[in-house]
Parts: sequence; structure tokens; C-alpha cells
Amino acid sequence: MTLRQLVPAAFSAAVLLLAAPAFADGQADTGPSEFPPDPFPSTYHALPSVPTLIRHVTIYTGTGAEIDDGDVLMKDGKVAAVGKGLNAPAGALVIDGSGKYVTPGIIDVHSHLGVYPSPAVDALSDGNELTNPDTAQVRAENSVWPQDPGFNTARAGGVTTLEILPGSGNLIGGRSVVLKNVPSVTTEGMKFPGAPYGLKMACGENPKRVYGSHGQFPSTLMGDVAGYRQAWADAEAYDREWKSWMKDKKGNPPARDLKMETLAEVLNGRVRVQMHCYRANEMATMLDVAKEFHYHIAAFHHAVESYKIPALLAANGTCAAMWADWWGFKMEAWDGVRENIPMVDAGGACAMIHSDDQNGIQRLNQEVAKAWAAGNRAGLHVDAARAVMWMTLNPAKALGIDELTGSLETGKMADVVLWNGNPLSVYAKAEKVYVDGALVYDRDDPKTQAHSDFELGMMGQTGGAQ
Amino acid sequence: MNRLSIYIGMILAALAAAPVQADTYAITGGTVYTLGAAGKINHGTVIIKDGKITAVGADLPVPAGAKVIDATGKLVTPGIFDPQSQFGVDEVDQVEETQDEALNSTRYSTAFDPVDGINPRSVLIPVNRMEGVTRAMVAPAGGSSVLQGRGAVIALDGLDGFVLKDPAALFVTLGEAGKKLAGGARDGSLLVLREALQDAKDFGANRAAWEKAARRPYALSRLDLEALQPALRGEMPVVVQADRASDIRAVLKLAAEFKLKLVISGGAEAWMVADDLARAKVPVILNPMRDLPEAFESLGATLTGAAKLQKAGVLVAFETGDSHKSWNVKQYAGNAVAYGLPWLEGIKAITLNPARIYGMDKSVGTLEAGKDADVVVWSGDPLEVTSFADAVFIRGQAVPLTSRQTELRDRYLPYVKPNPPALPPAYPSH
Repeated sequence: MTLRQLVPAAFSAAVLLLAAPAFADGQADTGPSEFPPDPFPSTYHALPSVPTLIRHVTIYTGTGAEIDDGDVLMKDGKVAAVGKGLNAPAGALVIDGSGKYVTPGIIDVHSHLGVYPSPAVDALSDGNELTNPDTAQVRAENSVWPQDPGFNTARAGGVTTLEILPGSGNLIGGRSVVLKNVPSVTTEGMKFPGAPYGLKMACGENPKRVYGSHGQFPSTLMGDVAGYRQAWADAEAYDREWKSWMKDKKGNPPARDLKMETLAEVLNGRVRVQMHCYRANEMATMLDVAKEFHYHIAAFHHAVESYKIPALLAANGTCAAMWADWWGFKMEAWDGVRENIPMVDAGGACAMIHSDDQNGIQRLNQEVAKAWAAGNRAGLHVDAARAVMWMTLNPAKALGIDELTGSLETGKMADVVLWNGNPLSVYAKAEKVYVDGALVYDRDDPKTQAHSDFELGMMGQTGGAQ
Repeated sequence: MNRLSIYIGMILAALAAAPVQADTYAITGGTVYTLGAAGKINHGTVIIKDGKITAVGADLPVPAGAKVIDATGKLVTPGIFDPQSQFGVDEVDQVEETQDEALNSTRYSTAFDPVDGINPRSVLIPVNRMEGVTRAMVAPAGGSSVLQGRGAVIALDGLDGFVLKDPAALFVTLGEAGKKLAGGARDGSLLVLREALQDAKDFGANRAAWEKAARRPYALSRLDLEALQPALRGEMPVVVQADRASDIRAVLKLAAEFKLKLVISGGAEAWMVADDLARAKVPVILNPMRDLPEAFESLGATLTGAAKLQKAGVLVAFETGDSHKSWNVKQYAGNAVAYGLPWLEGIKAITLNPARIYGMDKSVGTLEAGKDADVVVWSGDPLEVTSFADAVFIRGQAVPLTSRQTELRDRYLPYVKPNPPALPPAYPSH
């Protein structure tokens, strides 16, 4: 029986739904883009690895299955096999994991590491281009400081992939970038090969507060929505102009407008919308806007009121990225409940944890555990193995990289965490973390524990994750 | 309205507000961590009567008429004491109208005490008490002076007399936040503190002369100077926000000079001066999950800080800095335990130690006869993120395990299950 077959039927249906997102009228263009390719191409390559077999562990596969006393074999950067009683190939490193647990690497769909790094001083604060309500032309990757010590502490918490987003002060904040969590001098050296770009958009209080307080548009929720719609209307016109030129390429090409280009790539299905929205009614409105302009919203982030609309999210193939328990810090977070994630999951939609926080990202397993336990207390009995999907496969789906990572299935990237105990416990620690089969963190071996340039020479102040 | 009806109204109001203390409870069969001399009691019984714990022991007889709570297989501990909350003075962080924890005044500083601004019906209180938070310091935070004001200790039952000690401590902000308030340099914030203490000392010793305007002018208002007197007598703890090791050393010196009862709050780098703190018997209130160099003054923040402090003999208490989710202090303590703090010390850091810091450990913080009955029955290890409070008592009364959040949950829960109701969730039957 393959792992795919182990996946509950209900979940398979959800996968199919997500695999064919509701691009109304089949607008998604799968052909080559009329726009130039990625100007900052990934230079990531997997770090050196040896074939590694971890034996006798409890495996949460990330697909919703649990294998007791199982084995995971990593080879050439891929998951080579998952099962019981696997044989070690010649020269493989064999690790006895008795009493320990293995999960896929954790994926955080909402991080500002590098763009709001530590130390949080103005000179390093590059997450919000608060100069116009629509800054679709900016790219988070151009703000990322790869020396942010937070990347290392997140890795010690088992995070192997993360999406870095611009902030939420604008209606349209700019492009996100998906990174593999490896130490690198350059941002390009972390860029997840083949991961689609995201577009950060933000509902609600933030954009109207930022611009409204300056007496600028938008200052209301209706202003917010008018702002998105005009931007999409303009982008449609821009995309038409380019497509028309592409037909015969006569004369000069239209002038490039980087803002329009990003939006047009959303309309063409190449950039995925990652949208900050708290309230149920606002999420519903944004799904209407997406329908009007024939694009797809990959996920709502923060999504505090998702538990009120799981069926709507499911019908649109839109995921919800949520905190376990954040609430009350603003009016749009007033209706937060601790059962949000399990209720969205039970309602048939794609549910996941996210951090939006440099400390929270280090303990996403604990955040999942809290949500899972709250759901169980409310009578939504969810298997632990399914709860693990909230930090592995479901975020991979939201990012459009679920064919590559997010679960322990043969052929996928060997992004793997060995935990010293059940990862749904407060006492569990990531013991070994692998990215593409390479050991990038070993709690017992200081040589594998990367330090940021920033942390050097701090006169014996040995902070950070141990 | 005639006099009689006013009088009757007053009686009714008094009755409604008075705590009902008739119930007697027996919590039986649990593993009781008394945190007192009796230590851990297997199959223990805790008897609660008239708001107090009347007996704790193994297999005690259940008093006639007592409500029995079967805690078999569960853990029983004192309630959580949040040592630095904004309960009742902070409803929605970004809605200014609901904020009463900070005074932005040039006239008053130390005299400020949010106590009469506390709303015991705050939505935050049921959300937290149902998770085991029973008592809290309500502290000022974010004001415009280095001298932030004073705070009060409350019970989270919202019943009559919920303010248990006021003023219970003085709060001071140093470090990067303090220097910003004082004009741009760390020493500026220390000058503000030093001048205030010197003036208050002079004022205290020369009240009569001051009344006749025969003393030099003071930097602080009369109310501020009065507010500092208990701190100068060493009766009222002075909680100083400081992260950098050098800032902590500086304030240790100042506190010794004025014989203050110092408490360090923040303390990201406190572990680096743990021996100094232990020698001076200065406790530290910290968030043990800080491990990033989030500021230049906290480069040394580490997950092992709490364990190192405790090992050196420093009394540590934990806080989250977030009253909306004060209950998460259990998780914080669990993480401190994962990084070297003994488990029982983790429990003490969120229960007994805050009570000791504010001098309230005679009435709360352990499960012993004669103490206020703030008791929690946990479904499992309280420091584990998957455990919940199964029963919570505050001053002897069982707390309903409901909140606005559980009501929202229960309203929408039927809609995520198969065969949802036909009517929208707003109807009362849902």
C-alpha cells in the first residue's frame, strides 16, 4: 500500500479540489509568459549529504498517516523510501531512532524573517513599503537580509521552508519569496527552486489605518475593496496590451510597468495570491473580487474568522493559514477562538498554522499541538498525524510546492525532522533537521549549528536556540 | 425615587456583589502538588470551605454536603499568578478607547495606579481564568515617564473585593525604552529615578517644612512623592524593566543605595549577572522563550536563561507580556523546563513565585490549610500544551469554564459538522 493510499478518502477529495483551483472561465494561462523570467534566479543547490536511514521511529508522514516503528531512507537529497524494515544501502548512515519521531520539515507560509530581522532596528526594517497603497512592483527578496539570526533559530525549531512576505500596510504589498531554510550569504542562495512567487495583499484595518491616517485613499473598508478592483482592472488592460503585442511583435513592445507585471502574472496564474484577511465577511468579499477578475486566492493568512466559513473556503479551493490562539489585539481579531484550525479542517477546507512571528516560527509544532488539543476538547477528534499536516503538507499546498515537499513520500525532497519526542509535546525538540537530505542542524553537534555573521564577536553572549 | 427604594436598591446591590462563600468542595484522588511543606501528595484530597483551603492530605474524609470533584488521574496545583498583566485595563490593544494601562501625563508618574480603572467584567478575564489563571498583578505599561506608576493584585473572579492588594508594587522602565522616555540616554533614565528617590526621601523626612514651603522645589508632584514612600521604606517592591546585563548591574547599585526591594522585569541578560542577583536577593520576572537578539540590549537572550538563574539561587517568575493569552505562561514554563529548569520550579515560577515577589505567599501560592482557595485541577501535566484546566477555583468558588470564545465556538461548531442546521448561527437556539 502506498502512502497515497493511506490518505483518507475525504482528504483525497480535498487534494483534487485544490489541484484544480477554481479559476473561473479557465482563465489560467499555462503557456510561456509574455513577461521576462525571474530576474533573481535561484542559485540554491542542495548541501552535501550522505545516504541516511533513520530506523525504528514513529513517523508522521505529513499526508495524515502515522507509521509506528517505521524507517525513512534519504538518498541523493530525496526521500528514497518510507516504511518498515527498510534495508540500508551500502555506505548509508544508519540512525537508531527508537523512542523518537520523524516528520516532514515544517513549512511556514507567513514569515517576515530577513525583512523584519533581529535586531529590530530601523536600519534593518524593510518589510513594508508604506508609500503607496499598491506596491505590487516590490519584491520581499530584495529586502531579505540573509544574516537574520532568526533563520537559524527557526531551523532549530524544524522549519525547512518558509515564505517571506512583505508587510500588511498596503492593499497590495508586493511579491513574496519562498526560501529553503539553509544558511547562505545571498538570498538567491536560499530561493526554493521552482517555487512560484506569491503576491501579498491585505484586507481590513491595516491599509485603511496607514493611508487613512494621512488623509489618503483608502480610509475605509469600501476604499480597500475599490483599491483592489481598480488595480486588477488596470492589470487586465496591461495584460491585454502585452498579449496583443506578442501576437505579431510589430513595433516596440509596450513599456514595462513592474507593478502591472506582477498583477498580470497573478491573472495568468503564475503568481499566487497570499492574502492577509481576518474577518469572514471580508474573506467572502475577496473571493467575489477574485471571481470578478478571474484569479485565484491561494490562501487567506491570519484568517481569524475562518471557522465561520469553512464551506466557502473549501468551495473556492482557498486555504486558511491561522494562528493557534492569537486574538483581541485589534478589532478584526476580536472573534478569535482556539478551535479555529481544527474547525476549518473539520469543515473540509485546507487548514494550516502560520507564525508571522520570529519567536512563534521556532515552535510551530507546539502551536499545532495547542490547536489540536483545543479541537479535541471541543469534540472534533483529529488524529495527531492529521494535525501534523497543518504544518507540513497543507502549507506546501498553499505555496504550490506540494509536489516537491511537505510530506514523506518517495521522490520528494528529503526535508525531514527527527524529534527527540512527540512533536506535539512542549518538551519535544528537533534533534536533527535535514534539507534536501543534508544535515543542516544537529542539536548534539555544535559544528552543524549555523551562526549568523551578526552573532560573531558578541563578547561571550551566547544567546539563541541551543 | 424615594429614600426607601434607594436603600433597598443599595442592599440588593451589596448582595449581588458579595462573594457567595457557602459552597464546600472536596477535590479527591488527584496528584496534589502543594508546593508547601507537604510536597506532592498522591491520591490527595483538597477541602475548600468559605473561600479557604481547610485541609490537604491523603485520603481525607469528605465533609458532609461537600461537592466532590473527582480528580483521579489528574494533577492539582495552586492557580496561576500572572505577575505583570493588564487585566481589566486593556480590552482591544489597537482600540485606544479600551486602554487604561498607561498614563501619558507630565503631571503624574509614580502616583498613577490603574486600580480604579480596572473593569472586572473584562472579556479577557473569563478567557484566562478558565485556563487556570486565578490571580494577577495589574501593572501600568507604556506610559510617558520612566516612573510608570503602581499596580494592584487582583483575583480573577470579578467578585466583590477582587482587588486584593493595592498599591502592590511600583513600576519603572529603564533600558532602551527608558532612555527614549528620558531624553535619549540610559543615564538619563537613571537620573529620573535617582532624583525621584532623593526628592521623595527629603519630602518624607521634612513634611512639616514642605507644608510651610520651606523646602527646595521637587521634581515630582506631591502625590508622586507620597507614592514613593512605601518603596523607600522597603515595603513596596520596585519592579524595574531592564534587559541588558549592564543595566541590571546599574540598578542593583542604585537599589542598594536606597535600600529598595528590587525586582527585575524583562531580564533577557539577567543570567549573565545571576550571582549578583542571587546575592542581593533580587527576583526576576521574565519571558523564558526569548532567544533572539531582538535588540542590542538583549543580545544574550537564551532559552536556558531561566534555568541558569534558578540554579544560581534567583527567584524567577514567568510572564507572557500578553494578557489576552496569559494562560500561555504554562507553555512558556514548559519550554523553560525543556531547556533545563526542573519541572517543579517551572510550576512554582507561574504560581508561588509571583506570590512571593509581591509578598502575598501567606495567602496564596501553595495548597495549604488556611490559604485562599485558588486551585486548579489539570487534565494532565499543566506545562504541557495539550493539557487543560478541568476545574478552576478562585477564592473557593468554582469558575464556569466558559468565555466569549467558547460561546463563539459553540455557535459555529454545528456548521462544521455534517448536517448543519438550516438557520444562520445568529439565532439564540444555536
